[in-house]
Amino acid sequence: MIVQAICFYLFAAITVASGVMVIASRNPVHSVLFLILAFFNAAGLFVLMGAEFLALILVIVYVGAVAVLFLFVVMMLNIDFVELRQGFLQYLPVGVVIGIVLFVELLLIFGAWVVAPDVAKSIAAPTPSPTTVTNTVALGQLLYTRYVYVFQAAGMILLVAMVGAIVLTLRAREGVRKQDIARQVGRRRAETLEIVKVRPRQGV
Amino acid sequence: MGNLLQGYVVPGAVMIGEILVIVVPVLIAIAYLTYAERKVLAWAQIRKGPNVVGPFGLWQPFADGLKLLLKETVIPSGANRVVFIAAPILSFGLSLLAWAVIPFSNGVVLANINVGILYLFAISSLGVYGIVMAGWSSNSKYAFLGALRSAAQMVSYEVSMGFVIVSVLLCAGSLNLTDIVLAQRKIWYCIPLLPMFIVFFVSVLAETNRSPFDLPEGESELVAGFFVEYSAMAFALFYLGEYGSMILMSAMTAILFLGGWLAPFNIEPFTGLGAHLWGGFWFALKVAFVLFCFLWVRATMPRFRYDQLMRLGWKVFLPLSLFWLVLTAGVLVGMGWLPT
Repeated sequence: MIVQAICFYLFAAITVASGVMVIASRNPVHSVLFLILAFFNAAGLFVLMGAEFLALILVIVYVGAVAVLFLFVVMMLNIDFVELRQGFLQYLPVGVVIGIVLFVELLLIFGAWVVAPDVAKSIAAPTPSPTTVTNTVALGQLLYTRYVYVFQAAGMILLVAMVGAIVLTLRAREGVRKQDIARQVGRRRAETLEIVKVRPRQGV
Repeated sequence: MGNLLQGYVVPGAVMIGEILVIVVPVLIAIAYLTYAERKVLAWAQIRKGPNVVGPFGLWQPFADGLKLLLKETVIPSGANRVVFIAAPILSFGLSLLAWAVIPFSNGVVLANINVGILYLFAISSLGVYGIVMAGWSSNSKYAFLGALRSAAQMVSYEVSMGFVIVSVLLCAGSLNLTDIVLAQRKIWYCIPLLPMFIVFFVSVLAETNRSPFDLPEGESELVAGFFVEYSAMAFALFYLGEYGSMILMSAMTAILFLGGWLAPFNIEPFTGLGAHLWGGFWFALKVAFVLFCFLWVRATMPRFRYDQLMRLGWKVFLPLSLFWLVLTAGVLVGMGWLPT
């Protein structure tokens, strides 16, 4: 138990510290690297809670794909964060309000557990205890069986968003020479080759 | 005091011992993979390869290692020091980290976790960070170009690799690597899922930055790509990391498609008690076969052009693996073969 507690405080402390460093470091690439560290330690916290599936999905999706793209963009664009910080005080009230709203919501959720412990039993589809099924099975039953329509709707929304993003950025540029493999493979000798008999001293 | 000894010190020592038992052979295997690569390439090109240091040149990997260890590590003046030094360590560390979940034989595994395959996939998708960090912190154009190429390449091929893994999972009905191997007792998945096996092998080549997808290094255009500024042991760590992840990915291929430690035929002495003794042997043989294919491809194929690489990943492999995934699911449900 002591090891578990030590691990928890270690992961939690590193998560919070690297979260602070994400917004505090001057170099944007360092910010992204600290963000990755924060993701990692959050995954560690998930493992401590027995949610190993979520932990690894966090690493695969956020660290393995999303943060790579972040890093890619930040490295390519050379964003000047000092310039971005210019309007910091101006936007501070909005940020504080959002923070307070999120904090109050979290308080309400966790407060409900403390004030009325029975509230957890009234959930429509309670998660089975981790000792009876693996959490992959538990998540699968929840997402693909009980809430399958909501899940599909979320998927559709994401698909539409993706198509929208592609449509917005798609442009047909002039003068770009692209390899058309079907045309390359499909062309015949007669279309491209012409055999010319060159007579001496006359040229083509 | 005795409680502390029993509760923490003894299990900790056992754990470190187990880790060493896995890591030391892996390091030796990495050393001899470099030797094997040079020998196989030499045979392919009708040369002799390393044959001076020791009998048949067998001490060559150690001579190379010693040489690199004794050289000076140069850090470029414009480099971002911390990231520059962290990159090779990360690269090498990640290639060793994943061995924790590889089952070498029935029950012979350091951590038999329920989501082993996801763990492997997560670790392999992290390999890109070593490369990107190296390329960015070197403060060099060639290194940076190599890093950008590798980031785009690895993210692209991971998608189809994910679909391949999901179709294997559908057939096996478990995320546990031991269960996946045991589910192949009737038939190895490389036969019913042959197109997926090929897609996976090619994606693995792209994921480990091996020829014909070695564009991040691309010595003919980018000098040495992302590790152009590295020297001595830092360079050696990248090298070891690359070969380590080659062996790891071969092990993953063997587990997912070639039946892991299972013997190819069910006759004595490979059944019953013999299965336990021979398991490691068959596993090593399969890994060696996949590794030989890596080297064989390198000796045979020219390097892809970058747009061709992207086209293959997004326009060929992604639709193919998605289609095959739906087909696999359809057949399993339709025939009632879904594992419970």
